[in-house]
Amino acid sequence: MHDLVLKTLGIGDLLAWLGVPDGSLVYPVVASVFPLVFLIIFALLAVYAERKVSALIQNRLGPMETGPWGLFQTTADILKLIQKEDITPKAADKILFFVAPVLVFTGTYASLAAFPWSSGFVGADLNVGIFYLLAISSLVVAGLLMAGWGSNNKWSLYGAVRSTAQIVSYEIPAGLAVLTAIVTTGTLSMNGIIRHQEGMWFGLLFQSPFLFVAFIIYLIASLAEVNRTPFDLPEAESELVGGYHTEYSGMKFAMFFLAEYGNMFIVSGIAVAVFMGGWLTPWGTEPSVLMGVVWMILKSLFFVFFQMWLRWTLPRFRVDQLMYLCWKVLIPIAFACLIGQAAVEVYL
Amino acid sequence: MENQITQFGYVLIFMVIGVSFVGIGFLTSWLLRPDRPNDEKLSSYECGEEVVGSSWVQFNIRFYVVALIFILFDVEVVFLFPWATVFKEFGTYGFLTGLFFLGVLIVGMLYEWRKGDLEWVRPHPVIPSLEPKQIKARQLREEKPVTEPDPAAAE
Repeated sequence: MHDLVLKTLGIGDLLAWLGVPDGSLVYPVVASVFPLVFLIIFALLAVYAERKVSALIQNRLGPMETGPWGLFQTTADILKLIQKEDITPKAADKILFFVAPVLVFTGTYASLAAFPWSSGFVGADLNVGIFYLLAISSLVVAGLLMAGWGSNNKWSLYGAVRSTAQIVSYEIPAGLAVLTAIVTTGTLSMNGIIRHQEGMWFGLLFQSPFLFVAFIIYLIASLAEVNRTPFDLPEAESELVGGYHTEYSGMKFAMFFLAEYGNMFIVSGIAVAVFMGGWLTPWGTEPSVLMGVVWMILKSLFFVFFQMWLRWTLPRFRVDQLMYLCWKVLIPIAFACLIGQAAVEVYL
Repeated sequence: MENQITQFGYVLIFMVIGVSFVGIGFLTSWLLRPDRPNDEKLSSYECGEEVVGSSWVQFNIRFYVVALIFILFDVEVVFLFPWATVFKEFGTYGFLTGLFFLGVLIVGMLYEWRKGDLEWVRPHPVIPSLEPKQIKARQLREEKPVTEPDPAAAE
């Protein structure tokens, strides 16, 4: 990936001109910073978009004061958060309290490493790409549990434990749904999965009814994994104040927020890559490298918008309903899809 | 621009960048922010009330059961990933072995379902109702003023 980024933007030439030798570690490091830049810009715009979407759905205007149409509202928020006093409660476990936001953000950013932006434009083109993505996103769970336990606050602990139970439960239907697609593609590499979908309208989605159901299951499970409504029990404002980040302020809180929006993008990206053809055009041809990035981001943004839309449309689940939906509805259906798709692959 | 980094080396680079970004963020805010702690500010948040005890207490056992079931299922799903990539080469044999493996998993799940480990504790609604005895008592109470001796009749 680093070759492409550096060549496209001319930064490689700049570094070479500065006297950085060929094969130096500097090139990949500089290239790997680009997803971070994207993530920050995305989070800034996504928070703004979320406010505007919620406002329009509720027939309000949303932020209008900071800049034209309130465009700089999120930037102002970030500036405010940087200046905020950092409070570590006396009762807290200082080390866990500090490590939690670092772990949560690093887990999110490490998942971007295997994110398929375009053909030959993947941070690390692992042969176990999708498996790595599912695994590394679990790092967030450890971070949330640390935050909840480290805060030594009742709301935080409740939020963290609920969130852990929810995320680990919904990881199983999500994994099985992805597995249904793997059965068809026969590879775990992200680019391999996407290349398999060449020539298909909207990728694997409409190839068989099992894959379509698996896609819906993944969509529901991914909502639960990023703690979005209707599965936002861990942060239920009306009963838990703020959930696991009740005690966090300033920059640490900002990191949780950044990771949350990053995860929204990543789960959408996985859904797009596995079921909707990733960086391929919707009619299944291979675009140029740059257009591939555009398609990938556009498709992912559609699902990010879908998540926002749901948030302001649906009410929140109750804990027992949440567990019922996961263990007694989604997992059996996901098993049926997996077996059905495997039978289709072998016998049809 | 050839170098000796493997693909997992890039993953490591991403992790290092992630940690450094958080570090830089904290450092910037440390340089800019005020730092004036006091006892009230550093107490745990409990909606403005005085803090009652520690929150490191025993927790609902259901959450641990869910965690245990999750570990079993997740390990099984992990084993299915390599199967899913190659089973087509073995045709019916590959399909049936996968089916057998899944079958064991599904039997385990049915067992948990039957045992009630997948049930979440639900509040049992208490619907207020009146027993026939209570209804009678109420009627007696209401009739009481009528049965009271009339002072005029006693004279």
